[in-house]
Amino acid sequence: MRLTCPLCGPRDRREFYYYGAADYLDRPAADAAPEAWDAYLHLRDNIAGPVRDLWYHDQGCGSWLVVDRDTVSHEMLSVRAVAEDRA
Amino acid sequence: MRYSGFKVLTEGFSGNRGWTRAWREPEPKAEYDIVIIGGGGHGLSTAYYLARNHGLRNIAVLEKGYLGGGNVGRNTTIVRANYFLPGNQEFYSHSLKLWEGLEAELNYNVMHSQRGLINLFHSDGQRDAFARRGNAMISQGDDAELLDRAAVRRLLPYLDFDNARFPVQGGLLHRRGGTARHDAVAWGYARGADRLGVDLIQNCEVTGIDTAGGRVTGVQTTRGAIRARKVGIVVAGRSGQVAAMAGMRLPVESHVLQAFVTEGLKPAIDHVISFGMGHFYISQSDKGGLVFGGDLDFYASYAARGNLPMVEHVMEAGMTLMPMIGRARVLRSWGGIMDMTPDGSPIIDRTPVEGLFIDCGWNYGGFKAVPASGWCMAHLMATGEPHEVARRFRLDRFATGHLLDEEGTGSQHNLH
Repeated sequence: MRLTCPLCGPRDRREFYYYGAADYLDRPAADAAPEAWDAYLHLRDNIAGPVRDLWYHDQGCGSWLVVDRDTVSHEMLSVRAVAEDRA
Repeated sequence: MRYSGFKVLTEGFSGNRGWTRAWREPEPKAEYDIVIIGGGGHGLSTAYYLARNHGLRNIAVLEKGYLGGGNVGRNTTIVRANYFLPGNQEFYSHSLKLWEGLEAELNYNVMHSQRGLINLFHSDGQRDAFARRGNAMISQGDDAELLDRAAVRRLLPYLDFDNARFPVQGGLLHRRGGTARHDAVAWGYARGADRLGVDLIQNCEVTGIDTAGGRVTGVQTTRGAIRARKVGIVVAGRSGQVAAMAGMRLPVESHVLQAFVTEGLKPAIDHVISFGMGHFYISQSDKGGLVFGGDLDFYASYAARGNLPMVEHVMEAGMTLMPMIGRARVLRSWGGIMDMTPDGSPIIDRTPVEGLFIDCGWNYGGFKAVPASGWCMAHLMATGEPHEVARRFRLDRFATGHLLDEEGTGSQHNLH
């Protein structure tokens, strides 16, 4: 499994840390209801198929990455920097 | 048909022509009192105890593939009760007691072998933690012995005790821990449930959950609609998809965990050995193969196979601990889909839909839990109240903050 880092190019999976589903990018407002925080921290769609993940290029450039990936085939569909993804 | 040594003998003398099928293959009926989704270890044991403990008979188990084709046939078969936290302790203790009577209970040889489990430690801090865990196990009524380095050396002389990074300083021995024959557990419960009148329906995938007015009314399947008064979701790694049919999002993320087995060797490893610091554990099957594994691959996955970095890591850890296994050839490897919860502990609870229950979140520890999970899920579905030893396995504990973080690693799905 290889991820193509937008800064470093194609790199081995071992250089990256999988943080979790990209749900972690949608942080609720500080005064949001407890249910919103529970959903953000714990509840997951947990899809078998194409998903959006949050990864970190731990042993590379240190970028936070949004990864589109297939959880059934392990195919990497796209890798973008979080900043770029949000722009 | 009742199995016995005498039966094996008489069949042996009569050409083995008298054996009959272990369970029926019924057509699904239009309606059941209780439908269990998932014909794995937990689903089959749930159905068995619903019939056995609660006298219920009109029950179906729906399995999308074949019985026992999921994680109950894809694990490393370890059975233990060495948990620390109240909530987990009493549950796994209950499960081990059920294991100890399981063969007589099911009239089926599940090859439960209490060969002893040894958790190795490598530092003063780890020894203190294991001493504390051992005391907790003894307080619960289970067994634990703290071994020093010499005692471990007597039992496991083949370890590399002087590894520079993780010298072996001792271990926690749990004598009642051990292994069992994984498939036989599924088959034993299947046969037991069938004999009590449970319909085991294979090749029947659930495609929808029907509700009316907040109550479950049945399921849609690839073999037609089936009405039911109560439905239990017991589908391990696929929990997210089945729960979504009832409009639920679960605190579960599915990950892949790999395991490996070597060619058959003469008996060499008499215990289950766990090398936590190297993320490695090993036992030897009765057939002779070394069965071992390590950590998750650490990314969400439904592929029943992992990637090479974890293969390499597990092999390195094994060689670090016991260089003698270096000449053994790996026969095959496989991956199981683990339903990981944010605290690493399971869920046996009602759902917001009346009559719909869920048993999931077994992380990578589901095999040893098969008997007690079925026992407690059956109790919950039959009586509507959680069983005493599973009362903390609540679906809402993440929202309320009552976590059961056995490893103390934090509230994130991939950390356990």
